[in-house]
Amino acid sequence: MKNIALKPTKGNKIANRQVISETLLDLGRKNRDLLVLTSDSRGSASMVNFGEELPEQIVEVGIAEQNIVGMASGLAHSGKKPFVASPACFLSMRSIEQIKVDVAYSKTNVKLIGISGGVSYGALGMSHHSVQDLAVTRAIPGLDVMMPADRHEAKKMIEALVDYNRPVYVRIGRNPVEDSYLSDNYEFKIGKAVTMNEGNDITIIAAGETVRVALDTADALLAEGISCRVINMHTIKPLDENAIINAAKETGRIITIEEHSVYGGLGSAVSETISQNYPVPIKILGIPDEPAITGNSKEVFNHYGLSVNNVSNIVRQMIGK
Amino acid sequence: MDEITFLKRKATEIRMELLTMIYNARTGHTGGSLSNTDILTVLYYKIMNIDPSNPNWEDRDRYVQSKGHSVESLWAILADKGFFPKEELKTFSQFGSRLIGHPNNNVPGVEMNTGALGHGLPISVGMALAAKMDGKPYKVYTLMGDGEQAEGSVWEGAMAAAQYKLDNLIAIIDRNKLQITGSTEDVMALEPLPDKWRSFGWEVIEVDGNDVEQLVEVFSQTPRVEGKPTMIIANTVKGKGISFAENVGAWHHRVPSEEEYDLAIEELSKQMEVLV
Repeated sequence: MKNIALKPTKGNKIANRQVISETLLDLGRKNRDLLVLTSDSRGSASMVNFGEELPEQIVEVGIAEQNIVGMASGLAHSGKKPFVASPACFLSMRSIEQIKVDVAYSKTNVKLIGISGGVSYGALGMSHHSVQDLAVTRAIPGLDVMMPADRHEAKKMIEALVDYNRPVYVRIGRNPVEDSYLSDNYEFKIGKAVTMNEGNDITIIAAGETVRVALDTADALLAEGISCRVINMHTIKPLDENAIINAAKETGRIITIEEHSVYGGLGSAVSETISQNYPVPIKILGIPDEPAITGNSKEVFNHYGLSVNNVSNIVRQMIGK
Repeated sequence: MDEITFLKRKATEIRMELLTMIYNARTGHTGGSLSNTDILTVLYYKIMNIDPSNPNWEDRDRYVQSKGHSVESLWAILADKGFFPKEELKTFSQFGSRLIGHPNNNVPGVEMNTGALGHGLPISVGMALAAKMDGKPYKVYTLMGDGEQAEGSVWEGAMAAAQYKLDNLIAIIDRNKLQITGSTEDVMALEPLPDKWRSFGWEVIEVDGNDVEQLVEVFSQTPRVEGKPTMIIANTVKGKGISFAENVGAWHHRVPSEEEYDLAIEELSKQMEVLV
């Protein structure tokens, strides 16, 4: 895993939401307190099978995001383990006050799964994009924030969250994402970043869908003799500050890539850490402060330079090659 | 002393206590706390199945105060019931105190942090649904304000409670007809409020929310209809018990002067004298 020569082959067809649903179904069979709540979103959350096999453990709330979070907090308060699966754009915005007060402030064990996050709903426009969710959720005390890089990490993350007695917001995309891990045979620890590739010239820090972009960039630049460290920051909060500070000390330059506004997300979190601990040059790549252009995820990523070509160019510029 | 007289005396004591808290702290929601005092007194001293020595007992009845700002009567009652020492009431709204201006679940006896309006009903729906799933006998009580009815999330919760047939859920509206800007009907008209709730699938009953006897009778008869959540519209008087504060909008969060405080305590003492 710490060697991109072992990188997984491309062509994965299984979306993270599918894996999360299967993992929850597996865990739900053994734990009757595990519940899934949907806001007319069981199809888009891939929860149809879960609902058919465990009808007593799925709670349909209708298109009512404030209510889904409020109800989840009440269920959690009375001993249930609710996983709310609702589109990230609505869950992280319409119900943000319920997340702040009923979940984080009241300390209820609610897991919020923001599905179809980032620019997954590319052609549907800004109403359906969620590129502010990391900024908003990570500013709320008591709420952890996570993004799995691929299907293997999605599975590990959900397994870890079932017995993790804290409120968490997890953002996933809609479409299958290329694997970053070879398998799920590795140790996943909440709050512990994963160095996916060792390197000395520069560090690329990514999360979610952009991890594979970072790995492919490192792979492409290896041929030019440029050695890129790649860090998968699957937990945005609590942030693994040591991994960031060590990267700053050891590689001297950092690039962050995220499917999120350049304001307030992964790049901001990394900048906050290095500027106060070990300042080094940093470049934040993400969605600029504008309604994102419409198109499929790949087109939008390419347009904003969240691509191997553009990241490679920036690496070359930053190290002067 | 009969039970009703005991409850009336208790409500009067609580009114004195909350006025003293607000007077000392120089802050508080006087009018709303006075209007909901009788409702809370009946719930905590007669109706709810709770154990102050074991506040997290699984089968306890739950109380969620959705109108979180009227917290003074709740603090006074929780202290009197023994959830925390009465002495602590002196710290109300002081620097670092856990007895803040809204319910705070760092305090034993408080289920959830409230204060943002429109949150209590959805939370209570979740609690009541959990009881149904687990076959637990507990009931969930939630107190909302009338001004709060303008929040859309109230109606999201209302629909879900009916959908899931939560007859173990009892919601109460403290219908004092005043909100901070003025009459609820001028700010954002609510009437016909009972019809609105009925049309959402709730069993609705109106009661004089400052009449202890009526409150005991109504609360003792829930659920009124199997499979339906109960809405008790409690017609109350904002500022109840203190003649010069009654039905005066300015007392929403006015703090009494020394003279007003003395007058209020004197008036409440006289009410107490006849309750024997």
